[in-house]
Amino acid sequence: MPAMAEIRNYTINFGPQHPAAHGVLRLVLELDGEVIVRADPHIGLLHRGTEKLAETRTWLQTLPYLDRLDYVSMMCNEHAYCLAVERLLGAEVPLRAQYIRVMMDEVTRILNHLLNIGTHALDIGAMTMVLYTFREREDLMDVYEAVSGARLHAAYYRPGGVYRDLPDRMPQYVQNKFKNAETVKRLNEARQGSLLDFIEDFTNRFPAYVDEYETLLTDNRIWKQRTVGVGVVSPERALALGFTGPMLRGSGVEWDLRKKQPYEVYDRMEFDVPVGVNGDCYDRYLVRIEEMRQANRIVKQCIDWLRMNPGPVITDNHKVAPPPREKMKAGMEELIHHFKLFTEGMHVPPGEAYAAIEHPKGEFGVYAISDGGNKPYRIKLRSPGFPHLAATDEMAKGHMIADATAIIGTIDLVLGDTDR
Amino acid sequence: MEKITNFFKTFLLFELVKGMALTGRYFFARKITVQFPEEKTPQGFRFRGLHAQRRYASGEERCIGCKLCEAVCPALAINIETEEREDGTRRTTRYDIDLMKCIFCGFCEESCPVDAIVETRILEYHGEKRGDLYYTKPMLLAVGDKYEEQIAKDRAADAKYR
Repeated sequence: MPAMAEIRNYTINFGPQHPAAHGVLRLVLELDGEVIVRADPHIGLLHRGTEKLAETRTWLQTLPYLDRLDYVSMMCNEHAYCLAVERLLGAEVPLRAQYIRVMMDEVTRILNHLLNIGTHALDIGAMTMVLYTFREREDLMDVYEAVSGARLHAAYYRPGGVYRDLPDRMPQYVQNKFKNAETVKRLNEARQGSLLDFIEDFTNRFPAYVDEYETLLTDNRIWKQRTVGVGVVSPERALALGFTGPMLRGSGVEWDLRKKQPYEVYDRMEFDVPVGVNGDCYDRYLVRIEEMRQANRIVKQCIDWLRMNPGPVITDNHKVAPPPREKMKAGMEELIHHFKLFTEGMHVPPGEAYAAIEHPKGEFGVYAISDGGNKPYRIKLRSPGFPHLAATDEMAKGHMIADATAIIGTIDLVLGDTDR
Repeated sequence: MEKITNFFKTFLLFELVKGMALTGRYFFARKITVQFPEEKTPQGFRFRGLHAQRRYASGEERCIGCKLCEAVCPALAINIETEEREDGTRRTTRYDIDLMKCIFCGFCEESCPVDAIVETRILEYHGEKRGDLYYTKPMLLAVGDKYEEQIAKDRAADAKYR
């Protein structure tokens, strides 16, 4: 009788060039046939040293680099950083700025979840989803651009408020050889008023769009076969692994920093925190869908308040934020403040501060230490993606190799903030 | 009863048909496609694209060489050298922006006390070889001269917010 053939585990690289690996993740998979025995994530291919870079930049100069961490929820990153700096400074933020921040944060949350659900579905076979979610993303990108001047890397928040007030008109489509006057008029219908009118029009349309996504996915048997029971994490393990955000809530733990440690004006907002039951990919998907609906609700409340209450959007403490341009050009003292702020930068009193926000992916925190100078002594960034990715092994073990894409998709992984 | 409806729903691929109906509806709906190079999506007046140097109406360049933009640039993309001109004013002899380093944060425009350096609406610029995206002072002034009308209009629209 011939000897039994030697059976060995098969090791493959999943990524860094795999389209479903969401960027430059390299997953070393040890397989037994088609079953994953061990999943070993290798990160660092997108490491840019943001934390170290911050040590040689002034407090203001670090801000645009925060956009580039999690590059699908830009303003949320800035928000955590601004909160940390404000805590060190003890700076007052005008109420209108707080409302603008909350509104833009929720717009960002919708943006992030749209991308996540679209690409997650794309990864595991539902090709059309991404087309529908990107249609709505386009509207929100227009919001971003109208507010900050950039579709992605906004650099809009500032320590002490936000840079500029919301614009009171929207850019319009123009007639060309592809679009006649009637089409252009229809496209511009929502763009006649201010930015707030445009966002309100979007929030009115948006719930119907979410219903469309649900029609395409929620009951779909293929989607369910790919996600139900895949990557199950029990609530105890989720807490032990350091999960936050939809990953934790999908497991049934009701933890949301917007409710538990309200920052800005979240304590005045009315919204619910969706919680999953089984802790699998499907529940996390449902949590994200519901979070989009709730974010839509918060945006509406912010619009109502912002309409009624005009006012300043950045602190008038000119040791923190530069004076308005008009004054800067007319007054000597303001000009001095302007020059000092843009060369030397603000001086932050010595101390330490940690500020965390409910980022679309989980808890994003900035721990800043100041030695009293114009630059941070040290900045530590707590990115939600890192602990989630660390749990890939636990979630993927025992599943088929095709489920690896479902698990990476549900983590909502963006390597920009995992690698920092 | 529920069992029976569920059985028929499963058997008749009910949810799949519903999904197909949705995509089918969009198949016949009006398209939202933008034929990009020929037509463009609307662009706001705050848009931050290619840099430009501006001039006053008299033709005199605005930049006074205060180097605020050089100091505030987070990416260290701006290089400036200044000298006193024959008429006694201080002007730049060198004003370079390395667009490969630039992160388009808009701080240079924000810091400029004379509105000399601005970020325009132009987003389709390119370089064909290494160094083409290293913009020197004449190049930046040329961009400014070409698009001054639009630049001035955008600054005027945004003036009340800044």
